[in-house]
Amino acid sequence: MLAIVDYGVGNLFSLECSLSAIGVQSVVTADPEVLARADQIILPGVGAFGDAVQKLRDTGLDRHIIALAKAGKPLLGICLGMQLLFEKGFEFGEYAGLGLIKGCVRPMAQVIPAGYKIPHIGWNSLQFAQENPLFSYIKDGDFVYFVHSFCATDCEDSVAATTDYGAPVTAAVVSGNVFGCQFHPEKSGEVGLKILKAFSERRTSQC
Amino acid sequence: MITKRIIPCLDVKDGRVVKGVNFDGLQDISSPVTLAEFYTHNGADELVFYDITASAEGRKLFTDILREAAKRVFIPLTVGGGINTLADFDRVLKCGADKVSVNSGAIANPDLIAQAAKRYGSQCVVLSADVKRVEGEFRIFAKGGRVDTGMEAIGWIKRCVDNGAGEIVVNSINTDGVKQGFDLPLLRAVCDAVSVPVIASGGAGCAEDFVTLFETIPTIDAGLAASIFHFGQVQIPDLKEILAQKNIPVRR
Repeated sequence: MLAIVDYGVGNLFSLECSLSAIGVQSVVTADPEVLARADQIILPGVGAFGDAVQKLRDTGLDRHIIALAKAGKPLLGICLGMQLLFEKGFEFGEYAGLGLIKGCVRPMAQVIPAGYKIPHIGWNSLQFAQENPLFSYIKDGDFVYFVHSFCATDCEDSVAATTDYGAPVTAAVVSGNVFGCQFHPEKSGEVGLKILKAFSERRTSQC
Repeated sequence: MITKRIIPCLDVKDGRVVKGVNFDGLQDISSPVTLAEFYTHNGADELVFYDITASAEGRKLFTDILREAAKRVFIPLTVGGGINTLADFDRVLKCGADKVSVNSGAIANPDLIAQAAKRYGSQCVVLSADVKRVEGEFRIFAKGGRVDTGMEAIGWIKRCVDNGAGEIVVNSINTDGVKQGFDLPLLRAVCDAVSVPVIASGGAGCAEDFVTLFETIPTIDAGLAASIFHFGQVQIPDLKEILAQKNIPVRR
């Protein structure tokens, strides 16, 4: 069973549908015990970094997610969910993230040249940067769907793929059992489903 | 490199696709779900479902269909038609819409876009603008293009972007249905005025019209059409092949 963290941000219907389409049973939950029993955890999210982090703190889910990830449970952050994995976010202020991956989240305007539209909306291709088990079934250059105005920086060690939007933009990250996709795999057609399938096959690492 | 999006639009009334559709191998050509699946597997980058139902029963049918489509279609889904309140946003977002487009609803209630952007994020709020030339200026029309609001179009679109619209669909009433190409002067004026993605709608008659659109206005993000795709006059894989040959980036 895969658990999708429910902390009151975003619409999880599409994500549930996409998992069900690849035969993965999932549950949307805010219950720490269900998260602890799950084979994998997905941290979704749309909206603002500060609000989202506050919601995770208010519910205490932040501590549980951090503890489970450190114990080796596969964790995938999607879009804002990926951004929350980092140490800090600079969206309407400065906020501490979950700190599971080294790096921070900045406005795209600080990263890409002028003249590119923000938000970055649409299908863009992945350039692989390092080995990532989630890419087992897809290939370098495959297209995925992005919608975001902020992006991860100062995270060279964990960048798994970038996408070209005037400059290389962090598209996916990996650090042991912790994974992140800036794009939406649940909206990225067959390529996205293959990424979710690869994640659903991850198991808690024996450490 | 970010690609130019090709977007088929499905007009849905009482649960069925309205404009005639002609495809080999499709059993139920007026089923929005079947058609959505077909387009997804044939290279569509995104789909627009436009609800032109007037009745409450029809609305319920529409959301049922939306849920079915969301279970089978894993590309972005934009929903428009009959969006007048935040409750309408909620209704379609819960059924699988990723973006919601507002048109007359934003004209009747200028706060709607700001409220929706605050609650759901700008990425979720699409302004659909029906524009027609009147007395030498671009005017915004409401109620499916029937009512002249008297508002100058470019100023209105800019205000909506300032209020939080994250994307604009520009539908030219002048070129819609004429099949002589997109309304390039209007689209250029919109692209020059705003910095959010702009989707061109109205006028596509052949693949070349998309080439002309993207070559003439490089800042256009997407081209939307209905009947040329539904009637099979233009197949999306062929269209993308032609665009790629012209060095216009597309997802294939």
